[in-house]
Parts: sequence; structure tokens; C-alpha cells
Amino acid sequence: MTRSGGDGAASSRTGRTLAGGDAVGPVLRLDEPVSFWGGVDASGAVIDVHHPQHGQSLAGTVLVMTEGRGSSSATAVLAEQIRSGAAPAALVLGSCDTILLIGALVAAELYGVRMPVVEVDPADLDRIGPGTVRVYADDDTGRALVQPVDDPPSNSRSNPPGNPPGNPPADPDTPEEPR
Amino acid sequence: MARDRGPAVGPRLTLSAEEQGMLAGERGEAVAMVMRLVVAVARANGAPRLLPVASVHVDGCLYHGRAGLDFAERLVELGGSVAVRTTLNVGSLDLLHPGLVRAEGELATGGRRLMDAYVALGCESTWSCAPYQLSHRPGTGSHVAWAESNAIAFVNSVLGARTDRYGDFLDIAAALTGRVPDAGLHRDEHRRAELVLDCSPLPRPLLDDDTAWAALGALLGEVAGTRVAALTGLPGDLADGGTTEDRLKGLGATAASAGGVALFHVVGVTPEAPDLASVADPDTPVHRVGVDALRAARDRLTTAATDEGRLDAVSLGTPHFSVSEFAALARAVGEGPPFAAGVDVYVSTSRAVLAEATRLGYVAPVAAAGARVLTDTCTYVTPVLSPGVRTVMTNSGKWAWYAPGNLGIDTVLGSLADCVASARAGKVVRDDALWW
Repeated sequence: MTRSGGDGAASSRTGRTLAGGDAVGPVLRLDEPVSFWGGVDASGAVIDVHHPQHGQSLAGTVLVMTEGRGSSSATAVLAEQIRSGAAPAALVLGSCDTILLIGALVAAELYGVRMPVVEVDPADLDRIGPGTVRVYADDDTGRALVQPVDDPPSNSRSNPPGNPPGNPPADPDTPEEPR
Repeated sequence: MARDRGPAVGPRLTLSAEEQGMLAGERGEAVAMVMRLVVAVARANGAPRLLPVASVHVDGCLYHGRAGLDFAERLVELGGSVAVRTTLNVGSLDLLHPGLVRAEGELATGGRRLMDAYVALGCESTWSCAPYQLSHRPGTGSHVAWAESNAIAFVNSVLGARTDRYGDFLDIAAALTGRVPDAGLHRDEHRRAELVLDCSPLPRPLLDDDTAWAALGALLGEVAGTRVAALTGLPGDLADGGTTEDRLKGLGATAASAGGVALFHVVGVTPEAPDLASVADPDTPVHRVGVDALRAARDRLTTAATDEGRLDAVSLGTPHFSVSEFAALARAVGEGPPFAAGVDVYVSTSRAVLAEATRLGYVAPVAAAGARVLTDTCTYVTPVLSPGVRTVMTNSGKWAWYAPGNLGIDTVLGSLADCVASARAGKVVRDDALWW
């Protein structure tokens, strides 16, 4: 795997927090946007037969895509995948997508699972990965960081439901907003 | 190190004292929870402030899984109640005609609980994707928060009220708080046309065929994507008793499906466009629409091999049938022969329109001909059609766009008259004289 600084291929990228959280996972870069409603099934697999990555699972990945696509019902579908554990670990987008953002925010409110959603400069999308990255999105400062990690943890999400906070990697975030 | 892309929690968004109070829980925990959503979206979109809305149309009542139900029931549990008039989109069940939808298991129980939860929050049991028919008609220039793509396109374009594209969760958040971000189509600068579709080459007789408006919607969606377009050279009068509204409903629904159209202007017809200069700059690119392009768009809405003629069902009423469409259907079936035994004919509508059309005597002849009227839901979002159905005719561009993927069937787009003639004949009959 490419180490940070090696050949300059994998380095940290900064961006804007859309939904706060802290997660680690293997990078999956989508060649085209996908609609979570009708395009991804309950297990997190791409079922849109027109999509170049048809059949691939998005579950647990740091999903990198230029933008969302399609129906506003994608909100409910993403929230349901976060609940069931079939969602990506994090979303890294080239442009703000409120449909997906709301899905992540609602899942955080209901289930306490904070899936980071960050917006980066579209030109930076190609510079994320390959390999495993950590996505750290801070609600208070609005800053987000996507950084390569050397040793992927066994679980792809740093804050799975039921796990106490403070599991590695250590969460430097401020306490979650009251609910 | 990092370029600063600007904080998400930043100085740009200013909240009033009342709005800060909502966030702090002064109006209860349900309002505080959904206000967090409204504020997060406002910050993500760079909105400077929140706007009060006059009404809301909620689309979150169609069952997509456990999370949507958990969210609605949490709001009920926390004592949530809508702050402004709120109507409901279709649900997964027909509560008036329970035998028509073949829902079982989670879809039946979860779908019902979800519908009940939204009613418990104070929403009206309209169960319609066309709340703008009969009762829920916001005034021109008023700010509203509507979900459901066809309703968004209609309220923005035909009524001239202002909504951005809202969807699940943010719709009920707007209803409980009465607020939305001041962004997107709420703002003047985003309501100007970015392209013009010049429809003057289209012959007037062709525009008397309802499929022309569905085809025009498909073309608009494909050309405009999510951009605002102005259409010139089209006839229409919004005070003509329903014909123009029905046409623009069909056009907008198809454009929202084939593209992501949330606002279009029909110059000389819709309220914001008395003339082209009102909605478009002089250098706005113009795209001419001729018969060939329209025919090609129409043909893309047909997936069946029509020469084989096989027909299993006819689906009308997507978006929900209006009173004037019931009148037209009643005239078309007239005293003629009933529909063929092998063809199931469905008309989807709202309970309000059904009551009014029944009172006016339009429903009896339609039912006598053999049509089944479905309320509260729609034939492409929940299991209604028999499992053996393969080829379905419709006059709806939206239905034709979604049904092949959702239901795994083939579609034939035809006019209302074609649909009636085909249902009687038991096979596909289309009058293509106008199209050649």
C-alpha cells in the first residue's frame, strides 16, 4: 500500500464538513454517481445495471464520488443502510449533496452512528487513496481531513453502533451534540 | 496545509431569537431535533438566513425501510406537531380500497404505521402526489416547502409559489419548524431561465394530443437536466377549466423524472413569465423543438414492441387524476362497450378528487366500463398490478419512465383516447395520424 509521502501519491486532503464523524475504510472511487434509491440494494451492493461498478459492495468503504444522483428517497435509503450496517463508512463528495447529508444526519440523531460526509475540491478526488484512509470531519470548526493510514483496523467504521466512544483511532472530536 | 474552505458552522448563517430558541428546545425536543437538520442544511448550502414557509407537502410517508419509520415515530414520541398546514403524499397502501394493494409483511405493517405516524404529527390525510388539485394551492410568490418531484415542479412553475427540492426528513423538519434555508429556488436569482425551448415549430393539432405534453416533458428533462428552462410558442390558459393545468402537470412530472426539473416557465401562460424578458436574459441559449425531436422523445417512453399488440393493463393517473381528467375519461368511455376482460384498467387519484368526481357523476361511467379506482397510493410504487402483467399502456410520461425499472414491465405511451380504445379492443391501438 502507498504510504503517506511515498512518491507523493497518497497525502492528506482537506475539505469541508457536511456531517461530522470519524471513520476509517478502504477507498472506493465511483466512476459515475449512483442513486442510493434504486441503485444500491439493502446489503450495500450496486444494483444499477447501467453503472460501471455494478455488483460492487459499498458497505464499509470510504466512498469517493463527484456528486449524488437521483431521487430524494435516497435520504431514507442511506439512513436505513447506516442503521443496518450496510452503508459506506464515510462519503467524500466533490460537491455538496443535501439528500445524502440528511440521511447521515438523521442516522446520527436516531442511532448515534456518525457517518462523516465531507466535501472536497473536485480536483482532489483523484488524489484520495488507493488504500485505507481515515476521514475526520469536525462539526465545530467545519474542517475535514482525509488522511492515509498505514494499518487498517479490523473494523471499517470507527464508531459502530454499540461500541463505546474512544476506540482506536482515538476520537479527538468534541462530544456529540445533545439529543 | 489546507486551504480554508470556510467553516460549516460559520458566521454566514444568522438565526433569529425564535429560531435559536427552537434549536435550544424551547418548542420541545421534536422541534429541536429537526431544527438541527434545517440548520445543518442551511450551513451546507451557504444560506444567510432561514425563511418562514406558508405550507408543506410531505413525501416521507412512503415506506422505504425501518429508518424512515423510526424517524417519524421518534418525532411523535417527542410530542412533535406541525407548525403550518401540511399535506401528505402517497403512502404504500390504499386505505379506502384495501383489497387493491397486495402488500404483505413489513410493507403492510410498516407502511401503515408510517402513514399513522405522519397523521399523528398533524399532517392532513390527503395521500396524494397532486395536493395542488382542489385544495392545497399556495399563492404566487409565497414560500413553501414541498417534496415529491412533480408537486415541486407544479407549485413552482404553474402556481408560482417558491420551493426548493425537498425530500424525506427535511420536509417534515420544515413542517415542525415552519422554516427552510433561504437558498436555491427560494431566491430570485435561481429562478431565471438558463435555456429557452422554442416550441413554435410544433403544429397546434399535435398539441391537442396529451402524449405530446408527456413527450415534451421528457425532452425538457433530457435537455435541461436540473436547469430552469423557459418554453415559448406553447398555447395555454390556466383559467380554462383544467386542460392547461392537466397538460403542465404531465409535462412537469415527466421533466422531473427524465431530468431533475424543479421549475419551468411557459411564456405567456405561467405566472412568472408574462413575456420572455421577465424570466430570461437576451443572450440565453435557444433550443428549437421540432416534430422529429418530439416524436423521438415520445418513442423513448415506449419500451414494448407495439406491433405485437399484446396488452395486459392500462394505468392512468400518474400524477393523480384530476376532476377534469375524470370528466374527459367519462366522456371517452361514454355509452360505449366496456373494457376487454383481459385488460385491467386502473385510475390512481386522491380521495378528495374521487369524492368530487363522484359527486359530479364522472366516476360511475368509468367504473361501469370496468376501471378500478385506486386512492392514497399509486400503481408504480406499491404492488397493485397482477403478477402476470407484462405490457401496460399509459398516458403518463412519468409512469412510463419509472414503471419498467420499478415493476419489470413494458410500457406503451398513448393518449387518453388511445388508452380507452386499447382497453376496449384488448390490444394496443394507437392513432398516430397526428405524428406523421
